[in-house]
Amino acid sequence: MEGSRLETRTWGWMAEFDQPEDLLSAAERVREEGYRNVDAYAPMPVHGLPEALGLGRTWIPQIVLAAGLLGAIGGFVFLYYITVIHYPHNVGGRPFFSWPSYIPIMFETTVLLAAICGVIAMIALNGLPKPYHPVFNVPEFLRASQDKFFLVIEASDPQFDKDRTREFLEGLQPAGLHYVED
Amino acid sequence: MSVDDQRTTVARQSGEPLVAPGHDLESVNEQINRIVLRPAGSGWLFGFTVAFLLLIGLMFAILALMTRGTGIWGINIPVAWGFAIINFVWWIGIGHAGTLISAILLLLKQQWRTSINRFAEAMTLFAVACAALFPILHLGRPWVFYWLLPYPNSMQLWPQPRSPLIWDVFAVTTYGTVSFLFWYVGLIPDLATLRDRAVKPLKRKFYGIVSLGWRGSAMHWRRYEMLYLLLAGVSTPLVVSVHSIVSFDFAVSVLPGWHTTIFPPYFVAGAIYSGFAMVLTLTIPIRKIYHLEDFITMRHLDTMAKVMLGTGWIVAYGYLMELFVAWYSGSYFEQFLVRNRLFGPFGPAYWGLILTNVALPQALWSRRVRRNPVLLWCLSLVINTGMWLERFIIVIVSLHRDFLPSSWGMYYPTAWDWATYLGTFGLFFTLLFLFIRFLPMISNFEMRELVHRTSTEGEH
Repeated sequence: MEGSRLETRTWGWMAEFDQPEDLLSAAERVREEGYRNVDAYAPMPVHGLPEALGLGRTWIPQIVLAAGLLGAIGGFVFLYYITVIHYPHNVGGRPFFSWPSYIPIMFETTVLLAAICGVIAMIALNGLPKPYHPVFNVPEFLRASQDKFFLVIEASDPQFDKDRTREFLEGLQPAGLHYVED
Repeated sequence: MSVDDQRTTVARQSGEPLVAPGHDLESVNEQINRIVLRPAGSGWLFGFTVAFLLLIGLMFAILALMTRGTGIWGINIPVAWGFAIINFVWWIGIGHAGTLISAILLLLKQQWRTSINRFAEAMTLFAVACAALFPILHLGRPWVFYWLLPYPNSMQLWPQPRSPLIWDVFAVTTYGTVSFLFWYVGLIPDLATLRDRAVKPLKRKFYGIVSLGWRGSAMHWRRYEMLYLLLAGVSTPLVVSVHSIVSFDFAVSVLPGWHTTIFPPYFVAGAIYSGFAMVLTLTIPIRKIYHLEDFITMRHLDTMAKVMLGTGWIVAYGYLMELFVAWYSGSYFEQFLVRNRLFGPFGPAYWGLILTNVALPQALWSRRVRRNPVLLWCLSLVINTGMWLERFIIVIVSLHRDFLPSSWGMYYPTAWDWATYLGTFGLFFTLLFLFIRFLPMISNFEMRELVHRTSTEGEH
């Protein structure tokens, strides 16, 4: 493999940490230093990490709420259509528009749509499925899903400089420092 | 942040650890993933074979039903709802523990759910699969089951959405779908762990595909945690709704013994009762066989036993209220129903129910029983039986003698009834064995979180 390409494109530098607390303080330092295109990887949620990296909020709650409302309204409109407009059916003289009996189905369509759209939103916003990503080029990154914590400064950051960024990350005393190629 | 603090306070107060001491992230990974990544043992193969043979038995029973019709079952007028409906309600009741443990206990911040939620969710899915089979087989013409769904068709007909039976179709399909989504979302990070730990290329590819390229970046986790919480939020009323709607199948009718307002809460409590019994029936042998005692500790068994004791009393209250309301209503037919339940031809089933669902479980008051896996396992079987008897009594005894003595009858299940019922155990255990073999049965990333939290706590 090596030598087959004279030049590899840099994607970023990756620092490895043993403890989530180390990752958290490193993330804060990176942010203070002015880096913006930064991401951190952990085998479990680390509380305060998105804030430390200055990452934005997520739209998932709004999407789930909207989908739930759509499910409720859609369920109602659908039931109204089939019981009043398209197939009015006289059951013991009860009114066609018997809305209380719509409630259970409306509830189920609310939950169903909220859950399905929420899961699709989470997967889509996370950019999954994504079988290839440059971070996977680092052999040590296998541990990101197991017991190690990683911080990456991406080359796309305006402040990124291959040597200076490396020195800066070394100053954070990581357990390891890895070059990420694109 | 405050949520986290609260959690640790809870853990400190309760004293006994949820994970045996001495574990770190890697030892947890190793113990959970080893079961999936090593070759199958002969024990697993034997168990799977037995389950698979039973599944073939189910296929045979279904084949007989398809070719000869529902006449091979013991159902007839007046008892038109026989084993099919009993087993439907029984299985779907068992399927309630999974989502209860995953969703409600998550919202209540019960940390002990972590070791058992994945397993219970899988159990839920498989139980719902068994449950959903029965009403479809009971249709008479199972191959047109999709007529239950509202879709534009050339007959210009729609299902009747004022009927609880159609509510049931929506409730069960929604429950199955949402339970699956909840289970799969929980699995994604663990599948990524398996992808990264697997050595064989085929396994690596398989887990790579199903984990969708999960990287565990900070933003991934933020969206993930938010979604997980919201799924728990929507699943919580869903769990309650499903068995409530199942109970409407009965309660909305005018039959004595069915037409009662206590049914929804009493059904939901019964579902949780039987669900926890089934979780215990399965986890007690599995924690022993797969050496998971460090994660599924005595404290877990003890807590689950307490939940059974509590829900068991709600169910007992339901039985008591049925008797009281029959007396208090002054309705002749309701009073006759009670007499017929207690002393009629199916009387022994009722006394068996009281013995298995009310009397014997009182042993759970004793801490020594709750902490004895063998006794607890036997009790969980007793409760499973009791909950089946409860549904037998509700379905059969109410139907076989209603208002007019001229339309009374008896019900005798046939060998095909039993074969179909036992066959669903084949389906359930086949799926369960495959699950144990190919997917992590304990939520790995949540265990890592728990172990990290407890270990840092020790340093303070």
